[in-house]
Amino acid sequence: MPARTVLQPSDITRALTRISHEILESNRGGSDLVILGIPTRGVVLAERVGAILESIEPGSGTVGTLDITMYRDDLGRNLTRTPRPTRIPPGGIDGKTVVLVDDVLFSGRTIRAALDAMVDLGRPRAVRLAVLVDRGHRELPIRADFVGKNLPSSLAERINVRLDEIDGVEEVTIEP
Amino acid sequence: MTKRILIRGAALADGTTTDILVADGLVAELGAGLSDAGASVVDAAGLIALPGLVDLHTHLREPGYEHSETVLTGSRAAAIGGFTAVHAMANTSPVADTAGVVEQVQALGDAAGYVTVRPVGAVTIGLGGTQLAEIGAMAQSRARVRVFSDDGKCVSDALLMRRALEYVKTFDGVVAQHAQEPRLTDGAQMNEGALSSELGLTGWPAVAEEAIIARDVLLAEHVGARLHVCHVSTAGSVDVVRWAKARGIPVTAEVTPHHLLLTEDLALTWDARFKVNPPLRSRDDVDALRAGLADGTIDVIATDHAPHPVEEKESAWSDASFGMVGLESALSVVQASLIDTGVLGWVDIARLLSSAPAAIGRVAGYDRGIAVGAAAEFTLVDPSASREFSTEELRGRSVNSPYLGMTLPGRVMMTVHSGYPTVVDGEVVATEFVAAAAAESRGFTRG
Amino acid sequence: MRHLLSTKDLAREEAIVILDVAEDMAEVAGREVPRLPALRGKTVVNLFYEDSTRTRISFEAAAKRLSADVINFSAKGSSVSKGESLKDTAQTLAAMGADAVVVRHPASGAPDVLARGGWIDAGIVNAGDGTHEHPTQALLDAFTIRRRLHGAAARGHGLDGCRVTIVGDILHSRVARSNVWLLTALGARVSLVAPATLMPVALDRWPVELGYDLDAAIAAGPDVIMMLRIQAERMHDAFFPNAREYSRQWGLDDERMAALPERSMIMHPGPMNRGLEISAGAADSPRSTIREQVANGVSVRMAVLYLLLSGAMEGKA
Repeated sequence: MPARTVLQPSDITRALTRISHEILESNRGGSDLVILGIPTRGVVLAERVGAILESIEPGSGTVGTLDITMYRDDLGRNLTRTPRPTRIPPGGIDGKTVVLVDDVLFSGRTIRAALDAMVDLGRPRAVRLAVLVDRGHRELPIRADFVGKNLPSSLAERINVRLDEIDGVEEVTIEP
Repeated sequence: MTKRILIRGAALADGTTTDILVADGLVAELGAGLSDAGASVVDAAGLIALPGLVDLHTHLREPGYEHSETVLTGSRAAAIGGFTAVHAMANTSPVADTAGVVEQVQALGDAAGYVTVRPVGAVTIGLGGTQLAEIGAMAQSRARVRVFSDDGKCVSDALLMRRALEYVKTFDGVVAQHAQEPRLTDGAQMNEGALSSELGLTGWPAVAEEAIIARDVLLAEHVGARLHVCHVSTAGSVDVVRWAKARGIPVTAEVTPHHLLLTEDLALTWDARFKVNPPLRSRDDVDALRAGLADGTIDVIATDHAPHPVEEKESAWSDASFGMVGLESALSVVQASLIDTGVLGWVDIARLLSSAPAAIGRVAGYDRGIAVGAAAEFTLVDPSASREFSTEELRGRSVNSPYLGMTLPGRVMMTVHSGYPTVVDGEVVATEFVAAAAAESRGFTRG
Repeated sequence: MRHLLSTKDLAREEAIVILDVAEDMAEVAGREVPRLPALRGKTVVNLFYEDSTRTRISFEAAAKRLSADVINFSAKGSSVSKGESLKDTAQTLAAMGADAVVVRHPASGAPDVLARGGWIDAGIVNAGDGTHEHPTQALLDAFTIRRRLHGAAARGHGLDGCRVTIVGDILHSRVARSNVWLLTALGARVSLVAPATLMPVALDRWPVELGYDLDAAIAAGPDVIMMLRIQAERMHDAFFPNAREYSRQWGLDDERMAALPERSMIMHPGPMNRGLEISAGAADSPRSTIREQVANGVSVRMAVLYLLLSGAMEGKA
């Protein structure tokens, strides 16, 4: 069976715009916000969210990246992953509200690793999680605060997020 | 009475086919269609009969290093290699620098019975390089030592070398020099060249060998004594010996099978099985050594069989011992490097591995090769065989062979020593049978 | 990466990956808690047959920052150096569950023997073997040069066109050998300067230029000048007449430093003989990278241990 498209480009843009508004709302404004993308596609999404925030409330779109390679719990079981850079904005994360951004929320292990990685970088006031797709099947007590689309899926299915900046196309598909 | 053996249809080194009848320790008859009455018959179709091989350079390690080899185990390794006589080097513990030690080694060899064991006497006491050993006593002992060598060490003191050459002359002996200038090879680990520079192993320059040979041939000329040069390994050494022979100096030289086949590149494996003294050299050196054999500059192929226990090779290169076992593989390696490459023929091999080393070591009975009335010392080789060399092929106590895993041509199928078989159907005859045959043969000879 | 035994067989791309990962590791070093959990549960053994406190503590710090367990096995002077074979030691370490063995050995090739002997499954890191190689030292040197040349934008870069002059006891130097292979693989142009006695023989296969004259090398305006430690005892083996003459001919003194271009880096793998191969003025000048080299050593060794231990074995020597 061929892959089925579940989000079109316009759906993705709409989802990110909604998430940006929800972030500002829950933070009661744009002060002390830091948006951290998790490589690879979370970084692109974080940059887009940052740009939308900036357009709504200038100064609110502080963006960085958080690499979690070294904090994974499956190192040694897979081929060596080359770590990506972590870029924390100049103000740091101490006392800030950090919003982690990733493309797909699945088992929760990536987010667990991200929380560990963040602890080594500082002490945020609060940490929130934004994802484009939540496909379920959590293995850890983790949930997202901002979700673009809930996509109940079977374990056998494959969710592909493709973004223009990396893949040259813009879509979310589900493959049996 | 010794059993009669009839070898049916063997090819001699010169290519002629013949039967060989062995009786009473001698070659009784040669020719086609000999009678097999009362004889055990061996079908030798397709096999080459070579005169018994004589190794001028063997380390049997006994006394003192029996964990590496004994006279008995080394003799078995020699027999499966086609040898009927070996010269046992003096660097044992105690060193073979007295009549007592050389007689003991010879007696052990006689008792084992696989080969004639000819002890080599040390040139200097304890191989110390400072004081002459009792060369006269060893020469006149029951072992009748004729080859003297500090092998493993070089007689580097020029005056002592001069005296040794002169003194040994008195007893019709020869000094076999291990040519290695000690200061130039302090800590040396492998051939000096681009590869030693890359690997960071202390280099062993060719000049360290060539300078000693050059000095010694001039000393031999000056005092009118014969000189034998052990394990020549460089192109320059071949040139020096060639020059000396052209000048009429009574020098003989030997080369090992491994220096005819293997090169220094093997050090890239860091496998200490390839660590040997003198070291493996370059391709150019190998070619020069083969050419030296072809033009008669080099007289002898000798194994420098040097057994070491496993633990002395399972270490970092520079912590490992020098040396490789070679008796079992010698003829195959010679075939691979000289026969199969078209450099030499079997007649040359018979000279290089039998008559020439016997003449240098004054071993009687090898001057006529396989001839009626000569001592029955010969070996049957299957030159068409091919085998992956493994520890299964080894019959000595140590397994430090550089050829493990390599495919080598040829195989010794039978060896006859003093008229009795030591190898039959490619396997060494059991120790007790050989010992009994040897005892009987000695009785016969005396009677 | 299965083992790190030498830089001779390290391809440019592999070397750049190691240096890039080391950049990430360097960022961790600047944090309040300079520690990553990447190698939690892994055991790194420092097997040192030679005293080298500097190298050992650098590897120890690297392993600990990656949360590995570290066992220091000082083999010098113990039963190990008194006859226990490399094989027995390897089997002991295997039984202890070592995941990586960092080995320093006075014999060239000892790490290769450990890696190829089949006695232990662990990744082997060569921390200096005889006069053969010292790959992590060369990696940290390359890392240091690249950082000085490219700063924060160093990732992905080689050392293309960079001219490096290595001066001193090339013959006995594992640092020089590893640097020759690595720096040239990264695109640098390397020249060696030494008295002929301290130059290895038959260097025509090496991708380097050779010279005897330090002043001429300095006049050529190298981007990097790397001074090697000279052991004064070498004069007893007639490699040079005495320390004074060596220093006069091949030492980097203040005058020679002044003749170097402003941009030239001064490197030394340490430990230094101040006043012999390098003057105090040169060692302490702002052009000197000597203290950076020490700090970078930890980052580079973190990268090597991480790449060796974090993933499935790829069977790459």
